[in-house]
Amino acid sequence: MKNLLVAQNVSKSYGDYKAINNLSIEVPEQSIFGLLGPNGAGKTTFIRIINQITMPDTGKVLLDGQPLQPSDVQHIGYLPEERGLYKSMKVGEQVLYLAQLKGLSKKEATSRLKYWFDRLEIGDWWNKKIQELSKGMAQKIQFIVTVIHQPKLLIFDEPFSGFDPVNANLIKDQILQLKEDGATILFSTHRMESVEELCDYMALIHKSNKMLDGKVADIKKDFRSNTYQVGISPRQRNEMLENLNHHFEVTPAHYHSIHEDVKLHIKIPENSSANDLLHHLITLGQVNHFVEVVPSVNDIFIKTVGQHA
Amino acid sequence: MRNLKLIIKREYLARVRNKTFVVMTFLSPVIMVGMIMLIAYLTSLNNDEEKIIGVHDVTNMVFDELQDKKNTVYLNFSDLELTTAIDSVDKKEYYGLLYIPAGKTDEEIASHIEFFAQEAPSNFFLSDLEQKISNVLTDRKLESTGVNLATIDNAKAKVNIKMENFSGEATSKMASYVKMFFGGAAGYLLMMFIIIYGNMVMRSVIEEKTNRIIEIIISSVKPIQLMLGKILGTSFAGITQFVIWIIFGSILLFSVTAIFGIESTSIQGEAAANSVNPDEIQLLVNDVLQLPLASIIVAFLVYFIGGYFLYSSIYAAIGAAVDSETDTQQFMFPVILPLMLGIYVGFFSVVENPHGIVATIFSYIPLTSPIVMLMRIPFGVAWWEVLISLGILFASVFLVIWMAAKIYRVGILMYGKKPTYKELFKWLKY
Repeated sequence: MKNLLVAQNVSKSYGDYKAINNLSIEVPEQSIFGLLGPNGAGKTTFIRIINQITMPDTGKVLLDGQPLQPSDVQHIGYLPEERGLYKSMKVGEQVLYLAQLKGLSKKEATSRLKYWFDRLEIGDWWNKKIQELSKGMAQKIQFIVTVIHQPKLLIFDEPFSGFDPVNANLIKDQILQLKEDGATILFSTHRMESVEELCDYMALIHKSNKMLDGKVADIKKDFRSNTYQVGISPRQRNEMLENLNHHFEVTPAHYHSIHEDVKLHIKIPENSSANDLLHHLITLGQVNHFVEVVPSVNDIFIKTVGQHA
Repeated sequence: MRNLKLIIKREYLARVRNKTFVVMTFLSPVIMVGMIMLIAYLTSLNNDEEKIIGVHDVTNMVFDELQDKKNTVYLNFSDLELTTAIDSVDKKEYYGLLYIPAGKTDEEIASHIEFFAQEAPSNFFLSDLEQKISNVLTDRKLESTGVNLATIDNAKAKVNIKMENFSGEATSKMASYVKMFFGGAAGYLLMMFIIIYGNMVMRSVIEEKTNRIIEIIISSVKPIQLMLGKILGTSFAGITQFVIWIIFGSILLFSVTAIFGIESTSIQGEAAANSVNPDEIQLLVNDVLQLPLASIIVAFLVYFIGGYFLYSSIYAAIGAAVDSETDTQQFMFPVILPLMLGIYVGFFSVVENPHGIVATIFSYIPLTSPIVMLMRIPFGVAWWEVLISLGILFASVFLVIWMAAKIYRVGILMYGKKPTYKELFKWLKY
């Protein structure tokens, strides 16, 4: 698949502080790419480089195969983490102004704004001032400002921070819809569960360095531990535990269930399969629950950061 | 360029639609005209007050010389005892009692003249009185030594030096005052404009920072474009305000004087009649017309552009460096200082010697040159001096805009801590 955005060996320092060290990523077209890392890892600096707000010390960034040009701002929509609007300016005027700065004509911006008002089920806010809107309403306007010029590349820095669950869901659906419509989305967050839900690809940044990157599914496969979560009602409890401990690595598991099962995490050897384990379990009792333990992004993150600490 | 235009337009509208701006634009002329009217009214009120002065003149020679004027009436109390005279003046609440005692010689009389009053009389009134009595006594003395007063009057030569400059145009003695007035007004106006609108630029930068909209905007435009757009938009708003002030203010002043018919003209007329003769006024008008008015106006515009850009980019950089207006204090003083210095140098050095070394040097230093040079220009400054001064000014304008843009670019994305000068210097290198 073609890459829309490519960063090659990007570094940036502020004085003695290295904000980004030799970062390279590839963001495939029409995908959602999660940029993960704790606060202060260098995500925002990197995003600002893509937005040409800051210039990298070394390395380069390619958009659509071409080095970034000042005119490329028209193809990028950016929702920064620190976001806000002019409080005393009217909604319509404000969005038109920001859209015109992104290169839209006034007429085009007007019709697109009307379209987005419909799409987000926003009433007639045209002549309201931002200070008269609730926080959630203002955030919807903010979202429209980000997407109104139909950018190829959308960058969201912590998009869900400050959104209430209803609006967060709405925005999430919109992001997925935008991807369907052909946009590529770069998505920075320290909240791992949103990556889990949305992202096709991810890169993990810690202390200015990239720890790992790739397809989320591939990364998860790499981190799988051949462990299964099992709920079983045994014929003979002690006998069963003894038997299992003899063949596998067994630890207690905790989850909610309607059955009064024995709940276990069972790790199987490299060369055996899930079926082998299932065959074995059936001989010991009634299997009510059987699922592979897939590492969460959170687990992967903690494990990776732990290794490098 | 398209973006710059958009930014200028937005900044202009944001300034002009601001309620405080609208109120100030229309209220200031009202207040100004109101003040002028009030002062004129109070002055006339003061002049209308009638002064009745009792005179106890034992020598009987001064009273005849004291002529009643519009608001001043002299009553002869010489027939009464001094104490009775004082009492009755006090009871009737007259302005005061002038006592001229008897004496062997005029010197003795002169040194014992007294004025009794409830409140100390004004200096102006007293010196007028002293002058009159002195005239009487002098005349008497001259007569007593056998000098014919008529001879002396004839012998008095009225001197009024008529001045001409070397190219033969007649000027009045007021010329240098006129020059001072025009230069001073231009310089002062420039300083006010820089401070008021520079502050507006700064506040608008801080507003964008506190609103957190700044990052959205600079992902679309270059920070320097935003900064220049802000400075230009605000300056257009300032010019709008200025034009409205002048037009609205003069309409107001004319209509109010027409309606109330306040004797501002009569006051002026009286003052003019007393101090300057009609020829002088004609010369005064000539002086104003002979000023290099065109070059003063051109110089005002050019120096205004230079000075305003110089200072407002500094203001923009300060706004970018801080989080809130309260944090600006530490950076404000160094900005105001050269402006004040310019005004002081202008009002003292330039007035004393427009082409002296101090005035000349300060009209080259870019931070003070707009003010000081403007004050010098009415006195006539060689064109090459103006050229050098402008050259230095505009070179510094570009340098300062470049530096301010660097501080601005870094500062607008910095939150949380108040930067030191050292940090600002470091930002220049990012």
